[in-house]
Amino acid sequence: MKRRKENIFKVIMIAAALVILGLLLFILGTIIWKGLPAFSWDMITKLPGGGFYLGKEGGVLNAIAGSLYVIIGAVALSMIISLPLVMYVNFYLPSGSRLAGLVRFSFDILLGVPSIVYGAFGFTLMIFLGMRASLAGGIITVAMLITPIMMRSFDESTRLMPRDLPDSLLSLGSTRYEMIKVIMRQLMPGFVTATLLATGRGIGDAATVLFTAGYTDNLPGALNEPAATLPLSIFFQLGSPVAEVQNRAYASALILTILILILSFAARYFSSKFSRNRL
Amino acid sequence: MRIIAFSAILFLIIIGMALFIKALPVMRDNGLFKLLLSGSWRPSSGEFGFLPFIVSTLYVSAIAIAIALPLSLLTAIYLSSFASKGIRRLFEPVIDLLSGIPPVIYGVWGTITIVPFIANNIAPHFSGQSSGYSVLAGGIVLAVMIIPLLVGLFSEIFNSIPGEMTDASLSLGATKLQTVNRVILRRSFPGIVAVTVLALSRAFGETMAVLMVCGNSTIMPRSLLDAGYPLPALIANNYGEMLSIAGYESALMLAAFLLFIIVFLFNGLSRFTLNRIEKRYHF
Repeated sequence: MKRRKENIFKVIMIAAALVILGLLLFILGTIIWKGLPAFSWDMITKLPGGGFYLGKEGGVLNAIAGSLYVIIGAVALSMIISLPLVMYVNFYLPSGSRLAGLVRFSFDILLGVPSIVYGAFGFTLMIFLGMRASLAGGIITVAMLITPIMMRSFDESTRLMPRDLPDSLLSLGSTRYEMIKVIMRQLMPGFVTATLLATGRGIGDAATVLFTAGYTDNLPGALNEPAATLPLSIFFQLGSPVAEVQNRAYASALILTILILILSFAARYFSSKFSRNRL
Repeated sequence: MRIIAFSAILFLIIIGMALFIKALPVMRDNGLFKLLLSGSWRPSSGEFGFLPFIVSTLYVSAIAIAIALPLSLLTAIYLSSFASKGIRRLFEPVIDLLSGIPPVIYGVWGTITIVPFIANNIAPHFSGQSSGYSVLAGGIVLAVMIIPLLVGLFSEIFNSIPGEMTDASLSLGATKLQTVNRVILRRSFPGIVAVTVLALSRAFGETMAVLMVCGNSTIMPRSLLDAGYPLPALIANNYGEMLSIAGYESALMLAAFLLFIIVFLFNGLSRFTLNRIEKRYHF
């Protein structure tokens, strides 16, 4: 009787796990099934022709380039902010300090703030500064979204690092700054993983750039010009009544999904490398 | 040097303050209670009733939790107590990928599959007419989006339970199922609640996917098959017009402020609980 109950429960649990696995395959399958027939090299090498909404020609090079510009800028900005912060919390503050706990808690909260709220705040900030929807606005807002992700992930891997090396460096009389320079090699895989994670999240987010980066059919030329982004191009093209443009949305979705898959597997690779270092 | 540490906290305060200041005019003109409890949304005549949007947000999030919670809980129990190491290894990238897929892709998937399914297969059995763009579609898509968060955090909680505890239960003759019920689930109950609250706050703020499948009608949804209009979708969708109508921008910023406050509270409470649980077992 006991056995039987346990077996039934086991079947239910396995079914639930299979549903989740099935959902992933279903989503990826749908995107590939719809995106692959619509995909062509023109998609990634040409700008949209005759207006992105109604034009049947061309591709989404504007959005791909725009997304890359935005994410490169945002990741750079986010690195500049998170690197010193994480180093400070881990190596300058005494372990178990109240302040460190408070800072980590605020990372957690920032991590939970919805991207649309960052979008709305970024938009408000831009109006305040007299900026228009532009590449720079998009970079700043996306950086707000991904900095907590990067900080938290990097902080977690840094905390897991054994303290023997930093402690012995300090005991040999090196300053904290010199110590960090030495252990950076050990911290690197964690930092790369955090960066890749943040990149994936930032490149796929639409709600942050909707207000702040704007949209254009051309390549972004300067920081104060609007920039198209891949998630927004998917959203706008899907809303078009023209079938060809909708198909382009599916192909764009495929491109974005492939980018995300690459980033996700790269992050996995680096984090497994990191855990090998740890042992 | 200390200022670096405070910058994260300071940033949170600045966001809250900025949105609050922006939301002040509409609150002064209409009164917060009227804004929250009125159902009429006519920006051009200065009426900003948020009730339909709040109700939609609650509906969509409730459906998402109702679907995702049992699936995630069962999967997490399976992975942490029953599955072999190989299966656990297989599931790590599955959860990673699900959480990595961008909201807009979930939206595309929802419009291709869930929306027509509701219109053709579910709606005819009930009210009859539905475009498929509905609260239900939003809830289903959201459910899939919060599953990775739930499974990941549940597994973390279950794995943090000391092995001696489950071993003790098993060595006393309890079956694995009894151990799950009486030791693991009971022990991690506060954590399960905290994680669920965290997922709920994630669902509240999700924008793009919900915007794409919910239908976005400003009329209060009467059933799950009606179109809904959650708060984040409202903010995202009205960017174009909001600067041309008096008070509109302020009203949308109030929506953003409400989201920020709710998420802040929910996140704060659940992270606080989770941190305490983590401390109890690790130190």
